[in-house]
Amino acid sequence: MKRKELKGWLYLLPAIIFLGIFMVYPLIDVFVYSLEEGYNSASQTYFGVGMYNFSYVLHDTYFLQAVKNTIILVLITVPLSTGLALLISLALNSIEKLKDLFQTIYFLPYVTNTLAVGLVFMILFKKTAYTEGMINLLINRFGGESIDFIDGPYWAKMFVLCFYTIWVVLPFKVLILTSALASVDQNLYNAAKVDGTSPFRIFYKITIPMISPMIFYLVITGFIGAFKAYSDAVALFGTDLNAAGMNTIVGYVYDMLYGNSGGYPSYASAAAIILFAIVLSITCINLLVSKKHVHY
Amino acid sequence: MDQNLDYEKIEKTAARRRKIKNILVYSALVLWALIVLFPFYWMVLTSIKSYGSYSSEYIPKFFTLQPTIQNYIDVFTAVPLLKYLGNTVIFTLATTALMLIVITFAAFAFSKLEFRGRDLVFAGFLALMMIPNELVVITNFVTITNWNMRNTFWGLILPSITSVFYIYLLKENFAQVPDELYKAAKVDGTSDLKFLFKVLIPICRPTIVTVTILKIIECWNSYVWPRLITDDAALFLVSNGIQEIRENGMGRENIPAMMAAVVVISIPLIILFLIFHKKIMEGVSRGGTKG
Repeated sequence: MKRKELKGWLYLLPAIIFLGIFMVYPLIDVFVYSLEEGYNSASQTYFGVGMYNFSYVLHDTYFLQAVKNTIILVLITVPLSTGLALLISLALNSIEKLKDLFQTIYFLPYVTNTLAVGLVFMILFKKTAYTEGMINLLINRFGGESIDFIDGPYWAKMFVLCFYTIWVVLPFKVLILTSALASVDQNLYNAAKVDGTSPFRIFYKITIPMISPMIFYLVITGFIGAFKAYSDAVALFGTDLNAAGMNTIVGYVYDMLYGNSGGYPSYASAAAIILFAIVLSITCINLLVSKKHVHY
Repeated sequence: MDQNLDYEKIEKTAARRRKIKNILVYSALVLWALIVLFPFYWMVLTSIKSYGSYSSEYIPKFFTLQPTIQNYIDVFTAVPLLKYLGNTVIFTLATTALMLIVITFAAFAFSKLEFRGRDLVFAGFLALMMIPNELVVITNFVTITNWNMRNTFWGLILPSITSVFYIYLLKENFAQVPDELYKAAKVDGTSDLKFLFKVLIPICRPTIVTVTILKIIECWNSYVWPRLITDDAALFLVSNGIQEIRENGMGRENIPAMMAAVVVISIPLIILFLIFHKKIMEGVSRGGTKG
């Protein structure tokens, strides 16, 4: 009996060791770091314990800029990408020919390297002394003025970032919603048709309620994912995001930790905890709202 | 007579309406497919334009009549792209292989072995799934630095060897294999290890393949951790390599060569996707996330 007990733990041992060192210990440590004031990573000493790190971060203009960027990004991309994914999935589900082909094409961005394809978006949108760039060509054709989307005005940069983010996150959402739509009981639709229900009413009274759990799942993961945006911004604007004014909260954490402005694990920890608190409260709000509206 | 005509009329309008709806739906789908595919087309197109012809195009052209492979030669000679690719292959294979060992053993313990505290530990593991990477990366960075493992493969690999989510996925799959099989094997005197490798793993092969592919994609695209842990270009992975090429290599303006590098980096995963797209899409819809 004793040997049997031991064996179970032995099989678990590698997982427990790795999780212990790289998940559980850091989780405690990050709170310790965030409370140590004036931590010096070279001498590993600190002056005192308190909330100074949080106050520093909350007064840092770079952090406030990062929060603003992240919130704008979240508010634009989450509803837009979910809505667009719903439209695309509805269209996909209403056809039979070529459905697999379209599905495969739409999923392609999921497997691409965010950094690498971001470069393509950069050259598509960039305007330099040598070239107008592809997108400006389109804008000109429709009678607009050329804009530099990469080094130009704030709204233009935000537009590219949102556009690229949506391009990157849509494959996942389309995939989930397409399979959710396909699994709705066809009898419900047939019954509604016999009753002569209008398509709009069918959509509102049958389709949406039946797939509402999946929509909410996507909204929640979408919020979490968008709040953690970082590599898309790096791909478009380069590693010095503060200079571009396009930093995100996660970017701020990493900049504080490492790089030209790095070496402040305490500030990084405080910022990471603030991010975690924001994400956690929004997820809780989402769950509360979903309890009211989602039909399981 | 009149009624017959009416039916025909109604059928005709219905058919026409269906046709119009189909045309609309297909054109919307084609439009989005174009938006998805266009960046890929553009990167291949730019990569086969010569530097001279690219720079002289103030208004970019949608095709080229003089394709060149010079850019592809450049990315392998002027910048160490081959080195980045090699590093990424080593990192991806080592991480995936080690992770498979760790998660298989853990999933086996959780699903088939009985010992006190098992369910409690499993609940603890599940709770860890909610911890975002951003929260633990700071200490991990300090840990790896203290162990003098910066700019080493071990430093890159160690933190991503376990994945609670994949343990969970595999445990659910192992649990579906009837316990009778395990008991019968025990009666026959088969050792646990032998049972695991000869019975459980072959039965659950589809799930293991899915996990492997998802992990390979994740490793190939990982950027944040490698960036923190390596500043020596000899150990860069492709994501950091492409960033390095963009900021310091080949000159900022040599966009065609940069695009050639992007194509080279993207091709392995696109091939993997084309071969396994059914498996990948099925695996992701079972609970993969991105971001």
